[in-house]
Amino acid sequence: MSGAEFVPLSLTPLLIGIFAAVACALPGNFLLLRRQALIGDAISHVVLPGIVVAFLLTGAIAAGPMLLGAAGAAVTAVILIEAVRRLGRIEPGAAMGVIFTTMFAGCVLLLEQTDTSTVHLDVEHALYGNLESLIWLDATGWSSLWDLEALRYLPPELPRMALTLLGVAAFIALFWRALKISTFDEGFARTLGIRTDLLGLALVIMAAIAAVAAFDAVGSIIVIAMFICPPAAARMMTDRLETQIGWSVVFATLSAVLGYVLAGYGPLWLGAADAVSAAGMIATVSGVILAMAARFGPCRRRAGAPAGV
Amino acid sequence: MAAGWRPRRSTSFRVCRSELVLLDALLLQLGYNATLVSIGAALLGGAAGISGTFLFLRKRALVSDAVSHATLPGVGIAFLVMVFLGGDGRNLAGLLIGSALSAGVGLLCMNWLTRNTRLAEDAAIGAVLSVFFGFGIVLLTVIQTLGVGRQAGLEGFLLGSTAGMLLSDALIIAGGSAMALLVILLMRRPMMLVAFDPEYAAARGLPVHRIDMLMMGLVMAVTVVGLKIVGLILIVALLIIPAVTARFWTERSDRVVVIAGVSGAASAYVGAAISASAPNLPTGPIIVLVSFVLFVLSLLFAPNRGVLAAVLRHQRFQRRVHLRQGLLALAQRQPIYEPLTLRLLRRAGLVRADGVATEKGRARAAKALRDEKRWELVRSDLAHEAAAALYDGLREIETVLTPDQISEIDRCIGGPQEVSA
Repeated sequence: MSGAEFVPLSLTPLLIGIFAAVACALPGNFLLLRRQALIGDAISHVVLPGIVVAFLLTGAIAAGPMLLGAAGAAVTAVILIEAVRRLGRIEPGAAMGVIFTTMFAGCVLLLEQTDTSTVHLDVEHALYGNLESLIWLDATGWSSLWDLEALRYLPPELPRMALTLLGVAAFIALFWRALKISTFDEGFARTLGIRTDLLGLALVIMAAIAAVAAFDAVGSIIVIAMFICPPAAARMMTDRLETQIGWSVVFATLSAVLGYVLAGYGPLWLGAADAVSAAGMIATVSGVILAMAARFGPCRRRAGAPAGV
Repeated sequence: MAAGWRPRRSTSFRVCRSELVLLDALLLQLGYNATLVSIGAALLGGAAGISGTFLFLRKRALVSDAVSHATLPGVGIAFLVMVFLGGDGRNLAGLLIGSALSAGVGLLCMNWLTRNTRLAEDAAIGAVLSVFFGFGIVLLTVIQTLGVGRQAGLEGFLLGSTAGMLLSDALIIAGGSAMALLVILLMRRPMMLVAFDPEYAAARGLPVHRIDMLMMGLVMAVTVVGLKIVGLILIVALLIIPAVTARFWTERSDRVVVIAGVSGAASAYVGAAISASAPNLPTGPIIVLVSFVLFVLSLLFAPNRGVLAAVLRHQRFQRRVHLRQGLLALAQRQPIYEPLTLRLLRRAGLVRADGVATEKGRARAAKALRDEKRWELVRSDLAHEAAAALYDGLREIETVLTPDQISEIDRCIGGPQEVSA
């Protein structure tokens, strides 16, 4: 494949996919170990209502208000879940189920009631994303990477996603020791003077930021898959947190690249004419990786558990 | 500017009409199709509420999320198979069988992941949910590229659509729900036992794992049946919200099940009616929002576990503490500055407006102080250990000890003595 074809059509979606996958997989490692894996699921269900409300208030598809709306919805959902859990003394899973389905239902109703057909804002788009359409038409080949004029017309999702990834990575690097201690032994972390409640909240907020940014570019299904599958697969490979994070980055990147290539070129190899959903394919590949790790990973069993239980 | 915020040209006449339409819909007067949808929805809501209750009591409410998302690949595969066999890809029975199969596979994957690997259940749920859903979307895009027009309606399974529902569709939904209800009726006791206390159930010799699978199978059946009406993303709400709602009203498991069934059926019925009464009101979301309204009402106003009841209970407790402390202060002739205490004492006629105790107030205060002294003796005497454990500073001593015991204690305290002036 020549650079003239690859750079404008595939390079940017590929990079955005990789950045989104890694940005979600990094906090996913900690969420998985803290048994909060489904937070990604809840966030991605409530992000759409936030975006819809932001759109109805401002009347325009603009990145700023939409990200604010999505973040606002995520925070609202966290507060509501906590309120239902405490006021009603309901277990967290059920409280989560009550809130995110209701917010999602309200959003679907809003979408049906208002005329949003003129803009590209619908449930399907929110689920699948539009990774394939994030192309860089001004590029002519590899040399465009040094061409300032062409670089100005990069899809804005690419720098945004790269920034998000940097932010998430910086957060984890900065709070590495505190995060690690409080994830494995919260009581011990508290005796060391670490504010575990604030740290837990910060982690959820970082996850929400990653989810919102990725959601804008690649749709919610990748977000949920990347929060859980690469970290879960990495968990089967090692007992060390550092190594686990390394593996999860490798798996996330692999899913993004393989998924994108399979979605774009797989049908052509099979003789079909059109590509299939890249977002769905990335999630599928991450599932295949998880299945392989769960079957053959060296550390797949619970420590101390007898075989077959 | 979004078109939706333009002021609507609604007049009072039109509001009136839409209310009439809603009434017609609730009374099943809105024509054949709407009636079918309402009855089917009510049966589905009842079955979902009841099977969701077992899941909720087992603390596995979110498993339903994985099951419902795992139906999507089955819908796609069933459609493709039916088209390749030369049939109509939209045959509801075929699509439902396909979705049941893939939901079953998803369930088995989830179980295998939690039993054979170190992953916790929530991670397994998330993994199955996202991977199956992603694969389903791949299949949907494959179907879209096959030919325009033939795929119409498959997207309806995401959010549900009742437009153009056929009698056969409604019969499948009603029949499936009725069968699920029958299985629940037959298996309610072992399922309840497992939901409450799996260890005890295992000790009684029940096959806990198989009963768990049965519960999941019921959830799967309800999900599959509900795909057409509420769609796979929102069916989770029908499984979780009625059960949570019912839990507020009672502490008895059999009543939780019944209340959940009734509230599920009612919200599905009312939701379907509202959705039929006006355009642009999709059935699934309306049903979910109606059941959420029931949930919020229960959260606020349920008699024992509700927020209002808790607030009232707290206030009652607060008043008792203040009154008691006020009486003790009166008995020991200490001045009272706390405004709430003063107000409560005054309202009970125990002190006058200037803060001096009335005759009745002095009597009650003396009794409170004497009771405190009696408690002190009870708590220092090992013979009264069981009674002493009940001391919380508010309990009347007469409710714990017999008159004989109290007079025994009074003998130890001794009678009132003259105080030198």
